[in-house]
Amino acid sequence: MKKFKNSLEIRPFLALIVILLACEVLYRVMFGDSFFKITMVDGHFYGRLIDILRNGSKYVILAIGMTMVLATAGTDISVGSVMAIAASVACSIVDERILPSLHGNVFAAVLIALLVGALCGAWNGFLVAKLNVQPIVATMILLTAGRGIAQLVSDGKIVTINSDAYYFINGGYFLGLPIPFYIALFVLVIAIILTKRTALGMAIESIGINSESSRLSGILVSKNLWVIYIFCGIMAALTGIVESAGIKGADCNNCGLLYEMDGILAVALGGTALNGGRFSFVSSALGALIVQTISTVIYAFGVTPELTKVFKALIVVIICLAQSPIFMAKLKGIFSKKGSVAA
Amino acid sequence: MATKLLRMEHVNKSFPGVVALNDVEFSLEAGSIHALLGENGAGKSTLIKVLTGVEKMDGGEVYLDGNEIHVTSPFDAQKKGISTVYQEVNLCPDLSVAENIFIGREPKKHGHIDWKKINEDSKELIKEFDLNLDVTKKLGAFPVAVQQMIAIARAVDIKAKILILDEPTSSLSQAEVEKLFDIMRELKKRGLGIVFVTHFLDQVYEVTDTITVLRNGGYVGTYKTDELEKPALIGKMLGKDFDSLAEISVTQREAGENPEKFIDVENAGTAKIKNVSFSLNKGEVSGLSGLLGSGRTETARLLFGADKMTEGHIKIHDKNVSIKNPLDAIRCDIAFCSENRKTEGIIGELSIMDNIIIALQAKRGLMHVVSKKEAAEIADKYIKELNIKTPSRDQKIKNLSGGNQQKVLLARWLATDPELLIMDEPTRGIDIGAKAEIQRIVVDLAKTGMSCLFISSELEEMQRCCNTMYVLRDKKIVDKLSGDNITEANIMKSIAGEGEN
Ligand SMILES: Nc1ncnc2c1ncn2[C@@H]1O[C@H](COP(=O)(O)OP(=O)(O)OP(=O)(O)O)[C@@H](O)[C@H]1O
Ligand SMILES: [Mg+2]
Repeated sequence: MKKFKNSLEIRPFLALIVILLACEVLYRVMFGDSFFKITMVDGHFYGRLIDILRNGSKYVILAIGMTMVLATAGTDISVGSVMAIAASVACSIVDERILPSLHGNVFAAVLIALLVGALCGAWNGFLVAKLNVQPIVATMILLTAGRGIAQLVSDGKIVTINSDAYYFINGGYFLGLPIPFYIALFVLVIAIILTKRTALGMAIESIGINSESSRLSGILVSKNLWVIYIFCGIMAALTGIVESAGIKGADCNNCGLLYEMDGILAVALGGTALNGGRFSFVSSALGALIVQTISTVIYAFGVTPELTKVFKALIVVIICLAQSPIFMAKLKGIFSKKGSVAA
Repeated sequence: MATKLLRMEHVNKSFPGVVALNDVEFSLEAGSIHALLGENGAGKSTLIKVLTGVEKMDGGEVYLDGNEIHVTSPFDAQKKGISTVYQEVNLCPDLSVAENIFIGREPKKHGHIDWKKINEDSKELIKEFDLNLDVTKKLGAFPVAVQQMIAIARAVDIKAKILILDEPTSSLSQAEVEKLFDIMRELKKRGLGIVFVTHFLDQVYEVTDTITVLRNGGYVGTYKTDELEKPALIGKMLGKDFDSLAEISVTQREAGENPEKFIDVENAGTAKIKNVSFSLNKGEVSGLSGLLGSGRTETARLLFGADKMTEGHIKIHDKNVSIKNPLDAIRCDIAFCSENRKTEGIIGELSIMDNIIIALQAKRGLMHVVSKKEAAEIADKYIKELNIKTPSRDQKIKNLSGGNQQKVLLARWLATDPELLIMDEPTRGIDIGAKAEIQRIVVDLAKTGMSCLFISSELEEMQRCCNTMYVLRDKKIVDKLSGDNITEANIMKSIAGEGEN
């Protein structure tokens, strides 16, 4: 029990629960209906919670890659652009615009798109690990150039595709639950195994905390960093694929736009310190679901589009304050003072 | 009764699982030097930190010139006239020496920072310490000892009533220590009260007037230095008699008949040092001595692959090996305990256990995870063997006292079961009991065939442990002494360049 109380996962978990409950209460008061209502149609579940699960899965995948990078005290702001590249590669292959010899094979398209993601990650890793460029600067290169590359791939056009197999990646169901959920789960499990069954997790943490000490302890810092950026690139590509399968096409200018911010936000809400050190994939996954819940909520309550950003920022501020021990201690102080005055 | 300059009473401070200070009192008179002594983890640094507002005390009172004060932050302490050099050099390695000295109180001219004045003043200031270096260079480029001197210079410069020095001499050599003592005596004459923490008892008797001893977070007593004999003092610090400690004296080992060579270095060099040639035998404890900047650390880093080797060869067991990075060295059974505990040693946020096994883990490869059970066993073994003071192996290493952190780092390298253990100032900040213990461990391991390369600014320690001694000057090995020839006089002679033919 004590272990659970101290674990990194507890805060984002509570935050998610509180947000969801608050939504439920508000929704009932305002609309007299349940926010949690889930219906079953054709053996598939439908409802807001399912939407959160489906759309949130993208953020979960992205956040897992981002968690590793942030834990090493790095950052990757190119993920949104990598998403766009991967999406346009995958869609262009499916649409037989490029590599027509593959005849639009969805499996091959996904594989190649992931590979391209890995390549992007390798480039970032090269700059960060080998050339010692500061991560934010290093990944800024792909952030800006990435969308151009994506446009080259898709010939500057929005690629719309017509492939049920590809749609299935986002819209499909298995055992009543949406496919992206399973992809995210799979990635989560792989990431946990990769870090907990090997000493990679400890290496990542120690690099993030003190990379020179780690190097002198025999950790191959630059090799590990390289692997981590590649992994992050693959995760971004996967997110791009899921996203494009959802909108049934790739739009180089908009696919993954500002996702780097949501990815970092998810990790931060999960409680991993952005300057490196202890991390938890589960926390980040919960953080990602929080990010998605906020978006869904804003939509469900019909907040006018002009206000959504402000609204979102407001919720984030509240969550951050609730997670700050200093703020909570101050708050407690205020309340206990009031209590003693009253008594 | 004259009012004391500083009085602390009934000071309490606890951390989760540790009572660091339990009803401690301390008082300091103006114009005196006051030693604060105790074993590793006794609570010395904590007492200083609560006084200067780094840590908040749980209870107790502090009086400055008879008036109760509440220090809220280190900055506040400085404003009130309490100037401190903390145990860990906490300057900014990326700023220049001059910036480090003046940060937070830069002289202004027409609203702008007057860089020229900063640089000139810093140069003047460090000259008082016999340091002559480029003050515009990054602080991180200098060895720990220089950084320590600069931290002291910075503290001395502020017009203070109280100067607190937490183990300022831990990596200084004799000459620098003397310089520091001159300055301390000068400040004492000017009426400052100085608090001096150290594990070197000789230094205590050389400069201090009063001694306060802490043990296990408790207050033992305050004594006049010239009325407390050394054995009695040690007894008070350890809580047991000195006799039991005297037994742990290290006897110098005779070199074996037919020593087997472990490592052979031929004309090796890095960007920082060139033309290094020497060899080490199995079971031999060799020392590297020389002045600050003579190339001792650079030589060690070369062997360990910490700096990239650009020329020459290294042979281990008569086979050419290529050591391109620390991992290669570790896999050749070489271990290197850096002098720079904070930046090149501890991984602060990780547990003691992880800090101990990390090098072993790297040696085995990240895919072959050291099981939780094995890791716990190893950690517990060394916590016991090296007497690391901690409530549990899961404690973050940054929460340990300085000396206990050092023990953990030593454990990290012992756990890799090395054939060559390179130690750069390994007993830095370690109390006398533990120091003897570590020396004993090293000598015992050498008996089982481990080679050891020892760097220490304490000649006496080197003399006790080493079979051979290499003397460096200006980044070159200029002399090799062995056996009975390793005497302080001989070493000093070759350092000065007189012993050559
Ligand atoms: N932030 C912290 N969290 C938990 N425990 C702490 C913390 N700081 C210090 N301690 C504990 O308090 C005790 C006293 O530590 P302190 O640093 O004062 O020792 P010290 O006398 O300065 O020892 P040394 O000679 O090794 O420097 C130690 O047991 C240490 O582990
Ligand atoms: Mg201390």
